[in-house]
Amino acid sequence: MSMWEYANPKKFMGWTGPVLPWLFGGAALCLITGLIWGFFFTPDDFRQGSTVKIIYLHVPSALMAINAWMMMLVASLIWLVRRHHVSALAAKAAAPVGVAMTLIALATGAIWGQPMWGTYWAWDPRLTSFLILFLFYLGYMALWAAIDDPDTAADLTSVLCMVGSVFALLSRYAVNFWNQGLHQGASLSLDKEKNVADVFYQPLLLSIAGFVLLFVGLVILRTRTEIRSRRLGALLRREG
Amino acid sequence: MMPDLGKYAVEVLLAYGVSIAILLGLIVLSWRQSRAVKRQLEQVEARRHG
Amino acid sequence: MIAVLLRDLKLATRAGGGFGLGLVFFLIVVVLVPFGVGPETAVLSRIAPGILWVAALLAALLSLDRIFALDHEDGTLTLLATAPIPLETVAVAKASAHWLTTGVPLTIAAPILGVLLQLQPVAVGAVIVTLALGTPALSIIGTFGAALTVGVRRGGLLLSLLVLPLYVPTLIFGAEAVRRSADGLDATTPLLMLAGITAGAVALLPFATAAVLRMNLR
Repeated sequence: MSMWEYANPKKFMGWTGPVLPWLFGGAALCLITGLIWGFFFTPDDFRQGSTVKIIYLHVPSALMAINAWMMMLVASLIWLVRRHHVSALAAKAAAPVGVAMTLIALATGAIWGQPMWGTYWAWDPRLTSFLILFLFYLGYMALWAAIDDPDTAADLTSVLCMVGSVFALLSRYAVNFWNQGLHQGASLSLDKEKNVADVFYQPLLLSIAGFVLLFVGLVILRTRTEIRSRRLGALLRREG
Repeated sequence: MMPDLGKYAVEVLLAYGVSIAILLGLIVLSWRQSRAVKRQLEQVEARRHG
Repeated sequence: MIAVLLRDLKLATRAGGGFGLGLVFFLIVVVLVPFGVGPETAVLSRIAPGILWVAALLAALLSLDRIFALDHEDGTLTLLATAPIPLETVAVAKASAHWLTTGVPLTIAAPILGVLLQLQPVAVGAVIVTLALGTPALSIIGTFGAALTVGVRRGGLLLSLLVLPLYVPTLIFGAEAVRRSADGLDATTPLLMLAGITAGAVALLPFATAAVLRMNLR
């Protein structure tokens, strides 16, 4: 198994070990501060009442859901071009985190929408796009699981990620076209930061920072697990 | 201590509850997987070098 | 390339090749829908464009795993990969065979089945046009998906999971074009988008498909 002879995974394990506790510590700090600040110490919105507090979860998770996929795309490209195994494993590691973010975005979006739209799911274009993204994540993870050879799996999932990205963008446009009539400039305009008042903005920033740090920490943790897992597999094969 | 969430109390608490549950679930799962693989690897490497 | 195409067509239309399967499936789904949603004409008429499109999409899925599976099993695929014709051309040939044996029959059958769903007569043209424009996309996207899963045993379900989200833009614009036509509105925009997606997919996906086949054959 030649992978382990590359300096890359060793170096990666080397520097990520000490960095992880800081990442998780920072994430906890930002998240707890941001959420407590937002939950307990911000006013209600004029139109939306206390549901505006959901913004501190919905916006960061939605941002991370997209960013996770983009990170997977970049990592996939690096794998295809430079054949860095750490990159391929990082993409694989990021997918479940992306799924969790997407789920949180969907759940909080639907729950937030209930009092505003009167229904838990109104096929709002933005939420629908996240639902489609969720399916893309699932497909990506399923393909990784279905292919035995790790390098082939990395190759195939990388191409899927690239093609999927194009179609995800197309879907976004299509879904906006498909449901343009119903929610023109509606409540989700709160997602745009320029529409968010200062008093909400700061805890929101903290929360976003917390989510970002948590994402990075989790992906690094999971990538380390993948690297170890590969090494384990290689050793067991040599034994058996 | 709890702010007056008014008529939307259920929704807000539900949203926070679900989100935190998913996050904690992911963190715990990732942590457990990491520890399990690390332990197995140490065992196998000990066998090799021991 | 013609040789590959003709060979695939012959294989598909032979007994056991699954040729009529897609059509029958199309029929069955269309028949099932009124049982599910009730026979009320107004309701059926409203959802007919969508049902026809979704059913066609699902029927197209059925024959996808055959595209490469049989050739992979008996080693023909490896031969094709080392043959002088580019693998991209093979991908196009295979997708074309799929389209001719699945997409085209579906397109022709759709207006007839539309009668069962109380499709507005004014929308019949749109049904034919959108399916004619959209089914090539379904075939080439499906071929890409089949290439991804060619090495996976029992990969049919995985294939569906991968391909169906990729079908969403085509479905949205195709069905929307028919709906607008049924309401007497201008359907140019969705038609153009539909054609654009098909054109882009046909132009670019063969390269991705060939790359994936090479990866799987290594």
